[in-house]
Amino acid sequence: MSKADLATTAGPSPAYRAWLRRERRGRLVVRAAQLALLLLFLVLWEVLPRAHVVNPLFTSYPSALWPTFLELLKTTPQQASILAHTWSTVLATIVGFSAAMLIGTAIAAALWWWEGLYRVLDPYLVVANAMPKTAFVPIFYIWLGATLSIYGMSLAISLFVTILMIYNGFQGTDPNKVKLAQTFGATKWQILAKVVLPGSVPTLIAALKVNVGLSLVGVVVGEFQSASLGLGYLIQYGSQIFKLNIVMTAITILALVSSVMYLAISWFEAAVMRWR
Amino acid sequence: MQPSRQGGAPPKVELRDVDLRYFGLEGETEALKGISLSIAPAEFVAIIGQSGCGKSTLLSLISGILQPTGGAVLVDGKPVTGPTRKVGYMLQQDYLFEWRTILENAVLGAEIQGADMGKARARATQLLTRYGLGQFLHHRPRQLSGGMRQRVALARTLCTEPDIVLLDEPFSALDSQTRLALADEVTEILRREGKTAILVTHDIGEAISMAERVVVLSRRPGRVKSDRPIHFATPDGARPAPFAARNAPEFNGYFNTLWQELEVHVEG
Repeated sequence: MSKADLATTAGPSPAYRAWLRRERRGRLVVRAAQLALLLLFLVLWEVLPRAHVVNPLFTSYPSALWPTFLELLKTTPQQASILAHTWSTVLATIVGFSAAMLIGTAIAAALWWWEGLYRVLDPYLVVANAMPKTAFVPIFYIWLGATLSIYGMSLAISLFVTILMIYNGFQGTDPNKVKLAQTFGATKWQILAKVVLPGSVPTLIAALKVNVGLSLVGVVVGEFQSASLGLGYLIQYGSQIFKLNIVMTAITILALVSSVMYLAISWFEAAVMRWR
Repeated sequence: MQPSRQGGAPPKVELRDVDLRYFGLEGETEALKGISLSIAPAEFVAIIGQSGCGKSTLLSLISGILQPTGGAVLVDGKPVTGPTRKVGYMLQQDYLFEWRTILENAVLGAEIQGADMGKARARATQLLTRYGLGQFLHHRPRQLSGGMRQRVALARTLCTEPDIVLLDEPFSALDSQTRLALADEVTEILRREGKTAILVTHDIGEAISMAERVVVLSRRPGRVKSDRPIHFATPDGARPAPFAARNAPEFNGYFNTLWQELEVHVEG
């Protein structure tokens, strides 16, 4: 469309275009500030140890991470590749939060179905949720063994908060929507399947978001204790032999992993919530 | 109690000395006491009363989602033991499910009742199209205005083909213009389809203009205070549409009478 066309067909007014420009500039400023903050952090992390303001033995440098990463990429007889470590942690996290979502939703549904059950279990659930689950890491190791204890910790750390969140979501269902279904003669099962569950999708997604972070915590803490594979193990191993390069590389990968998982859930949320 | 005006025909809905008490830890509440009513097939009855007088409870009893603590509720001469397909219920708001499309919302009742979904979809499409919502079948509820949403709720109620339609202040959430327009539409639709209709409202004008008979409930515990037919003299003898009825000469007389009956209870 030419400029002449725009003028005759009453396109966006100059004031509107100016507003759009200001909006765009505002967004750019935020992005630039975010990037600058990250750069500042990396520069300080690089410069302060090199200037011996802090002991480089304790912090490593960002520039040392890439060579360390390349080094760790190799599979040696003593050590698995860092990719194997990362995948092990990611897999355990996915299993952990998936299990927490499935089991948590099922238990929340049972509590919704039998209100008496909820009234009996309520104080125990609240206490279980408030308990520091990491206190159980050594016990889980004894009970479940090296591999299962990691999955167990990942599940334990996210299960109770999931049950409580989803149950609250179920309880928050508009009673008038339930009444509406009842006027058509809906059974309890139909009310659950057609009103309560679909109405709680936003709660389910909120629980999923909380779970991903918690499950990752559970996996890493579990790996500290018992693993011979996984980023938690790598962090533990690196700190024991005082190679902070390894520790910092593993932590950086953990940061990337959690960012990717968060993004994946945001996309999932956008896809599911289009009707909102 | 005053019997049905269509003396010969067996009543469609009958309440015999119905009591309802609610139980709570603070004690019991008597919501309804000794209610007897008889409603003929295709009759349009309005029930008015102050808020908290048990009007909505009365509809819940007729629909079968509540059981009376005393007396009997009968539909087609049989005691009501639970929700049936004979009774459709329109609530105060549309309560459309935001995760369903308009068409999916309209077939909710049929889906719950396990009806033939092909037929239900065809009927819902036909109803929605008749109510001017033909282009919105696959839209989401939030894309529709309040009046349009309440029309979807009407289609949802009528999609299951009930004989009796219960209306619980179905226009109370709408702005006054939409309210008047929709009252005309809904009344016309229900009359044309020969439905028995029971409208609960606290709006005296709405009751007089829509119904052939107005029942006044007293304050809690609700009892039948009065029960009077509404007649408008028209050249062709047909009942005027609600909007026209508001301009009929009889309207003000009915309004004042009913107003006084409601007023009495404010003091008593």
